[in-house]
Amino acid sequence: MTTSAPAQTPPASSLSRLTTGPLRILVSLIVPLITFLVLRWAFIFMRDANASKIAVGVVALVIGVGGVWALYLVTDNLVSILPDRVRESVRPFVFVGPALVILTAYLIYPTLRTVYLSFMDARSQNFVGLENYAFALTSSEMLLALRNNVLWLVFVTSIVVSLGLVISVMVDRIGRWEPIAKSFIFLPMAISAVGASVIWKFVYSFQPIQRPQIGLLNAVYTALGGDPQGWLIIKPWNNFFLIAIMIWVLTGFAMVVLSAAIKGVPGELLEASRIDGASEIRIFFGVIIPYIRGTLITITTTVLIMVLKVFDIVFVMTNGQFETEVIANRMYREMFSFGNYGHASALAVILLVAVIPVMIYNVRSLETSRR
Amino acid sequence: MTVGYQTAQSVPSSRLRKLLASAPVRIVMVLISFVWTLPSAGLLISSLRPANDITASGWWTVFSHPFEASIWTIENYVQVLTAHGLASAILNSVLVTVPSVVIPITIAAFAAYAFAWLEFPGRKLLFTIVVGLMVVPLQMALVPLLRLYTQIDLNGTFLGLWLAHTGFGLPLAVFLLFGYISTLPGEIIESARVDGASPLTTFTRLVLPLSVPVIASFAIFQFLWVWNDLLVALVFLGTKEEVIVLTARVAALVGRRGEQWHVLTAGAFVNMAVPLLIFFSLQRYFVRGLTAGSVKG
Repeated sequence: MTTSAPAQTPPASSLSRLTTGPLRILVSLIVPLITFLVLRWAFIFMRDANASKIAVGVVALVIGVGGVWALYLVTDNLVSILPDRVRESVRPFVFVGPALVILTAYLIYPTLRTVYLSFMDARSQNFVGLENYAFALTSSEMLLALRNNVLWLVFVTSIVVSLGLVISVMVDRIGRWEPIAKSFIFLPMAISAVGASVIWKFVYSFQPIQRPQIGLLNAVYTALGGDPQGWLIIKPWNNFFLIAIMIWVLTGFAMVVLSAAIKGVPGELLEASRIDGASEIRIFFGVIIPYIRGTLITITTTVLIMVLKVFDIVFVMTNGQFETEVIANRMYREMFSFGNYGHASALAVILLVAVIPVMIYNVRSLETSRR
Repeated sequence: MTVGYQTAQSVPSSRLRKLLASAPVRIVMVLISFVWTLPSAGLLISSLRPANDITASGWWTVFSHPFEASIWTIENYVQVLTAHGLASAILNSVLVTVPSVVIPITIAAFAAYAFAWLEFPGRKLLFTIVVGLMVVPLQMALVPLLRLYTQIDLNGTFLGLWLAHTGFGLPLAVFLLFGYISTLPGEIIESARVDGASPLTTFTRLVLPLSVPVIASFAIFQFLWVWNDLLVALVFLGTKEEVIVLTARVAALVGRRGEQWHVLTAGAFVNMAVPLLIFFSLQRYFVRGLTAGSVKG
């Protein structure tokens, strides 16, 4: 019955078969007690781990993975001893309970707390009103970060979506090579932002004028007759060199989604327009685009959200130096470099406020497309 | 698409014309694929070159004499795995990732099943709240959670990071799994109930096996998310040698003064190896999972 449960979980089903009446109730109470004690022990063991890493690792995997299952099986068993009437109305909460507890602890409580902290000073001791927001929206450093975020939003989103669209239309026409071309372009999606940053840091690498250039961009640039440039420190253009990285990562994603939508355009519709003598360009704008409008909007909003929260690329490439700061990176620095939790919280709230409308729109359209 | 239309013309000339017409598109596509792959190729090639060569000449120069054994080496990989501690960082990343994928899937599956097939008061409202939490960027949770973790000594522990990834992944997981589980045929679930199966049995024996496709998609998405994550790991796990994950380790290598490209390129490739492996072996699930999960907060 519990075949999918790991070995160390109590064999609830065989126990309940073996025992009846008061004994059963006793067992049902003792088993959870033991489970909770074991989980507690594991919790402390892992928290204060001085043991060898392999040992901790094994315990961690067994408890982390098996423990969750044990929790459900045991609580479900516990509920089974309740009187019939109550039992079935309690049981659903055994199933949703853990999810609700975790979400309360990890999203609901922190969100409310962050809003509260955003009105407090750096060390969260005194109420400062809107001071943090004044900093976030008017200080010169933050204005720069906001400007950069806008640059990212505008350029990444527009280029990713239009490039993805153009590629998905073209890739549709190259026959059996389509999957291969798609793989090449989608591949950066699999790479961590850290990995992508190293890749591009190498592309942008700069050597003094006499030395051979090992960065691709400078090699091409000097071959064309230019002097080698430190691309990442030329303000304000360095922002665009960072933006290019995210475009490189996300275009494949836009392409895959849009390509699926384009394949859904009915062939008869296209054929009818061709018979009517419409040019390919007219068909593209007059038939294909309206047909995939929903997908286009979804992909645009999705990319918008990802770009709004951009962190890793900036963190690894420049850490916000040379006027490349963005909101999420600044927030991290406020937390760990400046220890200003008021500022950090206000920045988080600003991100939330910016994301909410886009996200609501997105979830709604996802829900309607599912129906 | 236009086959019926073309049969009127003579077949060979139409095929030729079609090929000619698609030639520019093909050329452009080859160019784009080339440009898109070039940066990664440069990284891979450089990671296999001796340290001195990397800084002495561009990686593309290897193509002038690619079969000379002396221009290739795996020394960089040996060095990053041992001297720079990437081997232990890989272990840490595995320890972080596996539970961070399994726990949210388990919890979300139970919850999605209850939301889809069990009756209880407040079901709709609770579901709306859970899905609504997708709008919260995880940045919102960082400051309070960090403080909470410091109070209860969870800071810098794997357990703390698993729970954080679980919390941040749950809304999307519940949303995706509910979307699938709620469309399972009601008759099957009803007949299981009539046969006397408890909700738990129905869930483990019936709903879970039937939901394997959506679970696989989400698992791949969550795996990549956690494996590639830098921010959450930096905040809750930190950069101590015993716990540091692969992404943070590589990011730290970047930060060092005087770029050591032989270390960086090999390190970055080690970080990318597992996702690339999954990408090439499970491409369909991979694409499905990533596109479905892209709205994650």
